[in-house]
Amino acid sequence: MTQSQTAKSMTLGEAGLAMILAATAFLCLFAAAMALDTAFAFHASLACAASLASVIAIVNRYYERPAALPPQEINGRPNYNLGPIKFSAVMAVFWGIAGFTVGLLIASQLAWPALNFDLPWTSFGRLRPLHTSAVIFAFGGNVLIATSFYVVQKTCRARLAGDLAPWFVVIGYNFFILVAGTGYLLGVTQSKEYAEPEWYADLWLTIVWVTYLLVFLVTLIKRKEPHIFVANWFYLAFIVTIAVLHLGNNPALPVSFLGSKSYIAWGGVQDAMFQWWYGHNAVGFFLTAGFLAIMYYFIPKRAERPIYSYRLSIIHFWALIFLYIWAGPHHLHYTALPDWAQTLGMTFSIMLWMPSWGGMINGLMTLSGAWDKLRTDPVLRMLVVSVAFYGMSTFEGPMMSIKVVNSLSHYTDWTIGHVHSGALGWVGFVSFGALYCMVPWLWNRKGLYSLKLVNWHFWIATIGIVLYISAMWVSGILQGLMWRAYTSLGFLEYSFIETVEAMHPFYIIRAAGGALFLIGALIMAYNLWMTVRVGEVEEPSSAALQPAE
Amino acid sequence: MTEHGEFDHVSGRSTTGHEWDGIKELNTPLPRWWVITFYACIVWAIGYWIVYPAWPMLWSHTTGVLGYSSRADVAVELANLEKIRGDKMVTLGAAPLAEIEKDPGLLALARARGKTVFGDNCAPCHGSGGAGAKGYPNLNDDDWLWGGSLDQILQTIQFGARSGHAKTHESAMLAFGKEGVLKKDQIVTVANYVRSLSGLPTSPGYDATAGAKIFADNCTSCHGDNAKGNQELGAPNLTDKIWLYGSDEATLVETITNGRAGVMPAWVGRLDPPTIKALTVYVHSLGGGK
Repeated sequence: MTQSQTAKSMTLGEAGLAMILAATAFLCLFAAAMALDTAFAFHASLACAASLASVIAIVNRYYERPAALPPQEINGRPNYNLGPIKFSAVMAVFWGIAGFTVGLLIASQLAWPALNFDLPWTSFGRLRPLHTSAVIFAFGGNVLIATSFYVVQKTCRARLAGDLAPWFVVIGYNFFILVAGTGYLLGVTQSKEYAEPEWYADLWLTIVWVTYLLVFLVTLIKRKEPHIFVANWFYLAFIVTIAVLHLGNNPALPVSFLGSKSYIAWGGVQDAMFQWWYGHNAVGFFLTAGFLAIMYYFIPKRAERPIYSYRLSIIHFWALIFLYIWAGPHHLHYTALPDWAQTLGMTFSIMLWMPSWGGMINGLMTLSGAWDKLRTDPVLRMLVVSVAFYGMSTFEGPMMSIKVVNSLSHYTDWTIGHVHSGALGWVGFVSFGALYCMVPWLWNRKGLYSLKLVNWHFWIATIGIVLYISAMWVSGILQGLMWRAYTSLGFLEYSFIETVEAMHPFYIIRAAGGALFLIGALIMAYNLWMTVRVGEVEEPSSAALQPAE
Repeated sequence: MTEHGEFDHVSGRSTTGHEWDGIKELNTPLPRWWVITFYACIVWAIGYWIVYPAWPMLWSHTTGVLGYSSRADVAVELANLEKIRGDKMVTLGAAPLAEIEKDPGLLALARARGKTVFGDNCAPCHGSGGAGAKGYPNLNDDDWLWGGSLDQILQTIQFGARSGHAKTHESAMLAFGKEGVLKKDQIVTVANYVRSLSGLPTSPGYDATAGAKIFADNCTSCHGDNAKGNQELGAPNLTDKIWLYGSDEATLVETITNGRAGVMPAWVGRLDPPTIKALTVYVHSLGGGK
């Protein structure tokens, strides 16, 4: 690329975004002054400060950058944009540890309620959404954004679209997390599971998410490869569907535009149906499709083997996308939801079993010819075990959607155990594996600081998961059986409080499992930090990464 | 595509010829067991749709050949439960409380029903074993605020204490300090006197005669001349070792200063009459029934 000889000037994006953010800062200052509740005033002040800081950052960046924007290619090789990915990867590790810690705290609160500390901010009801949002949206979301920006560039041989846009996505997304998380602690919630943030956080997320979609799409359009790589299908399905789900589940009317409280447009069983259409597909498209995309890039890359079956990847992709969206009603078995909707939710869940397993087959069978690497490479082992957990959870899920099974499992700890075998085993491990792969690549290091530490992480976390899920299976089935036990005289055998007492030992085991999982993540954080700090630097190259040949 | 693909020696298959960042993909056909299982699931789902309500139509939905509805299912299960319980609960509802305790069959039924109902309704305050807590009476001992006979227990369960129900136990411990009836030093003195009634040590310098005088002037109208309490008014016996809120000087001073008026809800209307009867017999049988 030739250097531009023209005088340096702000791009339309820089000037426009700086002006919009300056106006936002002013608006937020006004909103903070006029706010009806302290939480809203706090969030408006936070937004004001963040907007001002962003304006300063944009102007500073302008003065420090050369006149020409970074070229798309250097010496015929794509000039990959890695900055936003590094930011997102660091945030993923940070939020992961924060989310696991809060999880451990609330698991301990269930075993020892005194750990509520009798404070509103640390009560279970506020910390539980903090935990779920921190692990799903903050940890998982940052892993998805980081890996999607990495994978889409590498598999399209194209620089990420936009100059400020990728930065806007990663910083804007983390600002959404900050507003959502502090809101929970202050008691701001719209009380919809996994969609707790209030209307203003939802609006902000919409803007960020649409930008994310545009960056991803335009990068795909710019690609130098004839075909679109399978991981990118999954990423695109994830981004598009999450946008649709978010809009469908959150049409709320604020009580005042200067206050945090809003009311949802849906009512009664329709609201419940929308909520679980959203909730289940957040699992399907955020935690399944998105992380399958990670699996489709990082496993073949790490194993250095071709993907097992192209045909299977096409068929299971479309089957998964089509069938998943119907399965939500299985969260509302035996409720006011009409029987026909319950039937559809259950039958589509059963039909979803094989499409889900298509991903598992492709993940595991890609290892054929490279199984020996599992002995020497704990990162690959982590990735493969994650796929095994994926297979287990996607069998257990359809099974639990069957009405007779659900009548025992619903509302019990079995559900918690099921979610965590997916969350810790699949989402957690595949994310850890991807981070272990990606951090040395991003910071241009030869390899990880210590594979031995990865091995420790793997075993400690695996034991933690096994403790967690087996405790919850036993506890959940025990709980379900106690709830439905009748005496010969036709009365319930156990009072509710007796079933709670029976859970106690399992809650302790669960907390111990969670503690092990957290210890594993701390080991990973140390290992990644040392990789960035002291890991051996690869021989210098102008473009940070080698493009595909 | 295969003509551009290359042969993979490990799998014995060729690749599709696509390549992204070094990643290739094999041209493996769909695993047969996977396809068969997928189809089997679809066939099963279609079968299920035929049998059960499944697809929304314009104004209604397909009902399925079984004519199943979960609402009807619940009705059947409830009817089955009624069949198991039989008319025993009706007999229990008709029998006088004293009869129930004498008839082993009825007693077993009442205790079984009472235990379940106690666990879900009473245990949150009185504890799952009825052992009580600060402010919530122990139901295992023979010390009763409002009386421990079957009829008295029935009365208390039905209407509660200070529950707002017209027939509830109304009277409450007065706030002698807050209302300005007694001064702070008088309260400390009478608190010590109350401690002395059950043989608890008193603090040094305490004036026993003054204490007795304050007690006689203010407390005996409810707690009685001998301080043995009055179940008509829910006034506890102050000479025994059982304390609802605590017997240390600070707690007694707090009790006398601010009064006490713990609330028990009225259960009439929330539990049906035979169930309240069963609960009465259960509480009576916990150990302290009179």
